[in-house]
Amino acid sequence: MIKRLFTLLTATAFLAACETASTTTGDATSSAQSSSTNTATTASSSSSASSASSSSSGESGKASVKSEFAKVGTTVLFDFDSAKLTDYAQRVLDRQAAFMKARPETRVTIGGHADERGTREYNLALGERRASSARDYLVAKGVNAARIRIISYGKERPASVGSTEAAWRLNRRAQTVLN
Amino acid sequence: MVFDVLRRKIGRLCTLSSAWMLICGLFAVPAFSQTLRLDITEGQIAPIPIAVADFTGLDGKPSNVGRQISQVIADDLVSSGLFTAIDSAAFIAPPTSPSLRPNFSNWTPLGAKGLVVGSAFIDSDGLLQVEFALWDVVSQRRITEGGGSAEQAGVRRIAHQIADFVYEEFTGDTAYFDTQIVYVSESGPAARRLKRLAIMDQDGHNHRFLTSGLDLVLTPRFSPTAHEIAYLNYFNDEPNVYLLDVASGRTERLGSFPGMTFAPRFGPDGNKLIMSLAEDGRTDIFEMDLRTQSITQLTQSASIDTSPSYSPDGNLIVFNSDRGGTQQLYIMRSDGTKVERISFGEGRYATPVWSPRGDIIAFTKIYKGEFYIGVMNVDGSGERLLAKGFLVEAPTWAPNGRVLKYFKQNPTAEDGTGGETYIYRVDITGFNEQRVVTPSFASDPAWSPLLQ
Repeated sequence: MIKRLFTLLTATAFLAACETASTTTGDATSSAQSSSTNTATTASSSSSASSASSSSSGESGKASVKSEFAKVGTTVLFDFDSAKLTDYAQRVLDRQAAFMKARPETRVTIGGHADERGTREYNLALGERRASSARDYLVAKGVNAARIRIISYGKERPASVGSTEAAWRLNRRAQTVLN
Repeated sequence: MVFDVLRRKIGRLCTLSSAWMLICGLFAVPAFSQTLRLDITEGQIAPIPIAVADFTGLDGKPSNVGRQISQVIADDLVSSGLFTAIDSAAFIAPPTSPSLRPNFSNWTPLGAKGLVVGSAFIDSDGLLQVEFALWDVVSQRRITEGGGSAEQAGVRRIAHQIADFVYEEFTGDTAYFDTQIVYVSESGPAARRLKRLAIMDQDGHNHRFLTSGLDLVLTPRFSPTAHEIAYLNYFNDEPNVYLLDVASGRTERLGSFPGMTFAPRFGPDGNKLIMSLAEDGRTDIFEMDLRTQSITQLTQSASIDTSPSYSPDGNLIVFNSDRGGTQQLYIMRSDGTKVERISFGEGRYATPVWSPRGDIIAFTKIYKGEFYIGVMNVDGSGERLLAKGFLVEAPTWAPNGRVLKYFKQNPTAEDGTGGETYIYRVDITGFNEQRVVTPSFASDPAWSPLLQ
């Protein structure tokens, strides 16, 4: 079950990449291919993380809440050196806000990330700016700020490995994780 | 002048209780011929040929520990790019004791300009006894000599200190061989690198880990005494600046802040530390008085202000800010006033670090998809790029301001291979780039001051 939902997440992230990626034919095809492989890596690593936490917590309901949340979309992507939320990112965050308002017991941590094409300390600041940007949006949509924690990882925790434009695009992100 | 330098060095030797003990004898010497001095501020220069004879034991023959010392001295000098070591196989009848006058007719034909001789043996108390002399082969005069006693574990440090004396005599500049590097040792897959603080001598020896790898750690920086290290630690998934006491291994979180603190650097007197605090999407620079833990906010912009670095006199701070739209370098007074932009070249500028000499600033530059390590004058003029790569970052100065270390990262393949990181060194002339050997991948180097 979890596995299938993460496949769905992969497709969503893939679409996200396509939507704002350049539409020129040759490049778009190759970058789309590499982003789909890269995202698959992300999905499998997050799936193992979530199954680990669900087995340790022992709550059977928790896994399904996580799955539901994964369906909403956990990750928003940013342009290079930017923390501005795209229209697509805002729609993902709208769904996250609705999800959190419908489940008042949930709390989240938003991790802010950057691609590897910046210096370490600047990227830590940029990651914080991205996570704050996503947090502020959720709060503006009515989520209590006390339910949201943010953390910046800079370029330390790429979702997608590989020194390619597609991987860098997937790594410029704010990723919301249910606590 | 030379005498003053020697006096300072005697002081260093005598206070070194853990490595050097007891006797400290150095003799005043005639000023060294100025014509033989290297000018190491200019481009590529012809290295000075130097002969380092194996240090001898009580029997006048090379001792094992003596050979080790000579090797370290020669390796240090050669690594600087300013010296070549003459192959010891060519030596004819090296002196059996540093107190004996060498037969210069054996050394002049080898082209040697300098000759290092010495003795080294373990005495009945298990202490290492070392004496050395440095001879000017051209003028056939003794330039300097000295000696001391140490625990056996201090053998490499003693050799580094002798190499420092030789370097200082020939260059007229302070040296950097008796120093350490703290850095981040990296292992594991690219998506989740295991990062540990590690410390080693500047030549890569005496390597040891300082943290376990349980928590992500980044950007270590030495205090001016090299006894403490400030670094970013993700303990409990709460990234904050921590202090680590090198001798005891004890760590301490620096203050308690609503946001994330990072990018620490010590002030020149060690009483103050500057760092960034990121909160609500903005990153500002704060100064902490380490004696009281009181905090002063130095920048107040909605932008990212990070990577601060003090000038050697502590009066100014250079830092990285995107307040003008992209990452550039700015200088302000250490109270936060009089902010001025200094970088105006093409591309983005980051990680400024003030030279210990005060005259130039090292930085990382990102331009057209390439990364560079460079230096510029304090007013932003005179930019020179010294190293280039897919990713080069984090310059750190040798205490004499003549050499930079930094790290390079290779591109990562989509299967996760590659992404190797290595520490390199380069002279500020841009010559003599060399990789520093580490047990595994290495990033975020920080060079210590001369050890005390």
